[in-house]
Amino acid sequence: MPEAITYTEVERHAEPKSFVGRWIFSTDHKVIGIQYLLLAIVAAFVGMALSMLMRIRLVWPDRPYAFLETLFPTGAPDGVMTPEFYLALLTMHGTIMVFMVLTTAPQGGFGNYFLPIQIGAADMAFPRLNMLAFWLTFLSFMTLMAAFFVTGGAPGSGWTAYPPLSALREATSAGNGQDLWIASIAIFCLASVLSAINFIVTTLEMRTQGMTLMRMPLTVWGWFTTAVIGLLAFGVLLAGGILLLMDRNLDTSFFIPAGLVVSDRLIDRAGGSPILWQHLFWFFGHPEVYIAILPGMGIISHVLATFSRKPVFGYRAMIYAMGAIAGLGFVVWGHHMFVSGMSPYSAMTFSILTMAIGVPSAIKTFNWIGTMWGGRLRLDSPMLYAIGFVSIFVAGGITGLFLGQPALDMYFHDTYFVVAHFHLIMGVAAVMAMFAGLVYWFPKMFGRMMNEPLNKLHFWLTMFGVYGVFGPMHFLGTLGHPRRYAEISGVDYLAERGSAELHYFITIASMILVTAQLLFLVNFLWSLFAGKKPQSDNPWESTSLEWTLPSPPPHDNFAGRIPVVRRGPYDYSVPGSAKDFLMQHEPDGAGAAE
Amino acid sequence: MAFIVAVAIWLLALALLLPAWFGPWGFPEAITPLARQIDSRMTLTFVLSGAIFLLSQFALGYAVLRFGRKRKEAATYIEGSARWEMLWTAGGAAIFIGLSLASYSAWAEARFDAERHSAGDADRLIVEVVGQQFVWNIRYTGPDGDFGPTDPKLIDDSMGNALGVDRTHPMGEDDLIVPRLALPVGREVEIVLKSKDVLHNFFVPELRIKLDAVPGLEGRLRFTPDKKGTYEIACSELCGLGHYRMRAFMEVMEPAAFETWLSEQAQYVQ
Repeated sequence: MPEAITYTEVERHAEPKSFVGRWIFSTDHKVIGIQYLLLAIVAAFVGMALSMLMRIRLVWPDRPYAFLETLFPTGAPDGVMTPEFYLALLTMHGTIMVFMVLTTAPQGGFGNYFLPIQIGAADMAFPRLNMLAFWLTFLSFMTLMAAFFVTGGAPGSGWTAYPPLSALREATSAGNGQDLWIASIAIFCLASVLSAINFIVTTLEMRTQGMTLMRMPLTVWGWFTTAVIGLLAFGVLLAGGILLLMDRNLDTSFFIPAGLVVSDRLIDRAGGSPILWQHLFWFFGHPEVYIAILPGMGIISHVLATFSRKPVFGYRAMIYAMGAIAGLGFVVWGHHMFVSGMSPYSAMTFSILTMAIGVPSAIKTFNWIGTMWGGRLRLDSPMLYAIGFVSIFVAGGITGLFLGQPALDMYFHDTYFVVAHFHLIMGVAAVMAMFAGLVYWFPKMFGRMMNEPLNKLHFWLTMFGVYGVFGPMHFLGTLGHPRRYAEISGVDYLAERGSAELHYFITIASMILVTAQLLFLVNFLWSLFAGKKPQSDNPWESTSLEWTLPSPPPHDNFAGRIPVVRRGPYDYSVPGSAKDFLMQHEPDGAGAAE
Repeated sequence: MAFIVAVAIWLLALALLLPAWFGPWGFPEAITPLARQIDSRMTLTFVLSGAIFLLSQFALGYAVLRFGRKRKEAATYIEGSARWEMLWTAGGAAIFIGLSLASYSAWAEARFDAERHSAGDADRLIVEVVGQQFVWNIRYTGPDGDFGPTDPKLIDDSMGNALGVDRTHPMGEDDLIVPRLALPVGREVEIVLKSKDVLHNFFVPELRIKLDAVPGLEGRLRFTPDKKGTYEIACSELCGLGHYRMRAFMEVMEPAAFETWLSEQAQYVQ
């Protein structure tokens, strides 16, 4: 007779009674996870709208739009967007997408909701800290949005905010948009550090009996590794942000050298270095790329195994690769600065380390394909998004081989080639992972399924839209098209080589891409209320602990009975088993008995 | 479905890769030996990365096609393979780091010698390029071969002294400040790159090199143009609202024409 499933009895948590305690200032990690997701969805649509305005301005610079005049009287007088407004758009688009979408949804959203459940915990280690971190993030988002509406409008120094442009009121519009931007980022850093501590402690201390580190799903490894990176990286940006704020408001000179003359006025500062900011920024900024993508890598591994009905190929190698990425990620920031004017002798070190970080990325890619190899694929929409992720991850990653060599980076740096590279690898790949995660976990989170035909349509439009938008940007880059140009007619050599046609193509493709995302939003909202009920609590026949629970799970997740974990996370198609998956809490022989 | 997914992945991969090689959007003409050296490393990187790209995308599509159709047999239970992990770790490391080493000499040529300020070659033409929102100022030494001292307090755009050159100093009185970078063909040039206000970036696509103009620092670039023509310097570091129109022309001309041009400009300034 097979062994029975066993449980650890724990004390139950009382559910909060009031509406506010339950849905707004909630300490329940699941509610907080959904709050992060909603924030990310709102931010994603704002960020996308800004990118549409950029695309429109690039191809139809003189066309007036009445609604723009209403919304942004200074940015678009008579409805025509000014060059300054274009810079504000790109700054806000980048900041919103990197911080409010790519950093919140994969980690704060899915991580909050599923990390405790997947390791068999009733909540995060510090539920109140968790709540504080979310509301600080929300405050940060509101602060950032406010920058649009203060005198002078949103800042135009890019999401990287390089001084002296960002530090001197004389060099750019004199308003407080940049100050709000810095304040927003500083609050965000604080929130992210608090959240990271919470994730790390939860993972190390709250695992249920039998959930050893090497039995954790790769999603948990992704969130855990991301939290470690976040803990070490955000503090540096916070420090840099405070220095920049002081340069702007207290006449300090951390980033401002002597003898600057702006618009014929001698600036009375001395002693600072603009490059210092770049070191601080990219010491955070490069790890940030991995903060955005590592949770996605975890989700993709998880989804590929589930829908291939096979164990993850090289489970341990995947964990080591994540560790290597996290470690190397801290010593490659200089590749953003090959042409910054820093010592050229440092380039070799940064180049070799940068190229080396391609190795764990390649390991992961081939292991994903290896996971599918010999499987019995179920091509449901989460799997389609996962396959799309791998394709886009490769397309975006491979161009890193050019940018990681300083001699070649000299040509491509600050051109559309870089724009294509980082959008594919950091932006779109991470977003594809979010789609995979959202569709995969939707039945668990909301007790309903998303509409499958609409998901598939969305997948195809997104896949072709993404290649249509970012593919041609590589060619703008080979033409030598600098990025952050408010008008494409600024230099002659581009017009002569057909850059305008490429820009038109990209704008049209981006409209299709945005339409597809509206379709996803409709599907999301409609499915929340009217989606069909899943056939069981485990509709995808997955193995991790969240699928042992009702959908949605109760307030304290396991209702006081946490299952003892018996096996690793990816026991699919185990030979001799009657069914093709064994859940983590099922003892040996459980499959055969049924 | 599996067939459609596989074919779509392959088509998208080809749609990205083929125009990169055959399309009309290749690099502009290379006008220095260094630029041609960089181009050869570009080609090497393109061939290797293109092969890895195609291999990965093909394998991905093939996995979907082969294992995504209705299969009778169960999935094979494989937890991994140390041999394959070793293969793509070692293979990846060799190719990636190999590429980095292969292009290092080009980087050294572009940046190291200039950084050392090595005096040796007296024939080298030294030109100062100074960015400001949103124009480029080009300074030649004048007949004495030396730049005069500058002081920001002396800056006066209306008097044609955008860089604050001390005109009373013997080395400064003949300095020439113009909006155009003229260079003689076949002679080595050293660009001394500066900025008056915020970051700018000196980029001429035909040279394949790029460097930030950082206020408070002097950047140095060295190259030898060997093709006559007029090229554009496009600012490639965000410098404010006029960034997109901050450009100047670089004209490479016969040495005799260059000398004539210099003396004409000197007269004009006086």
